[in-house]
Amino acid sequence: MKFRTPLSHARGLGSAKEGTGHWWAQRLTAIALVPLMLWFAWSIIGLTSADYATVHAWIAQPTNAGVLLILIYAAFYHSMLGLQVIIEDYVHVRWMELMLMILVRFASIILGVAAALAVVLIATGS
Amino acid sequence: MSSPEASHERPLSPHLQIYRWQITNTLSIVHRLTGFALSAGTLLLVYWLIAVATGPGRFAYAQALITSWPGQLLMLGWTFSLFYHLGNGIRHLSWDAGWGFELKTLRATGWLVVLFSLIMTGVCWWLAGAIPGIAP
Repeated sequence: MKFRTPLSHARGLGSAKEGTGHWWAQRLTAIALVPLMLWFAWSIIGLTSADYATVHAWIAQPTNAGVLLILIYAAFYHSMLGLQVIIEDYVHVRWMELMLMILVRFASIILGVAAALAVVLIATGS
Repeated sequence: MSSPEASHERPLSPHLQIYRWQITNTLSIVHRLTGFALSAGTLLLVYWLIAVATGPGRFAYAQALITSWPGQLLMLGWTFSLFYHLGNGIRHLSWDAGWGFELKTLRATGWLVVLFSLIMTGVCWWLAGAIPGIAP
């Protein structure tokens, strides 16, 4: 005999054992990434044949550095959430799923911090 | 859902063996593939930014890698992936808003995304090659 309502049963299920937070964060970062990536593509086109000094100066420019930091945050967050869904869908061995989940989280944070740190170092000229 | 170990293999949907491939499910799996490719592409972004932060020597090496033919092939793939994932991502967002579920609309927007990503890839590479220094 089940006394739980279908809703309460559904809550806490799902392969990630969490609710709508993941879904909402993925949408928010997606919306942010639309203008960010268009800006990024346009900028990279402009820097195609640029020399070192030009590229360095472009990243060091405060507005560019700031937008780059937001882009790095949104991109790594979004990709982390996406990779998590792929793992949930295709990896059915529980310990492997957990290992990959931990790996994706750690790698996203480490790579994101590395990218942000590089931008900050360029912007501060150190 | 009662026991974690099923007593026998249960059929999973969608039944890929008998599923007719069409524009909708092809675009769906390509969305996932391009998302995965773009995630891998962030490695290059990190490497490139660190190279710029390190100095001219490292930067020159990174540029040499990117402008080599395998590097350019990857860049072409990432350009397409970016615009495909961006275009189809907007399509996904419109579904979240409740718009575009009719089969006719679904197919039309699907082909629109394909067209958009191909054109944008072409335009980007044309701009990068034809007019250097157009953007900042």
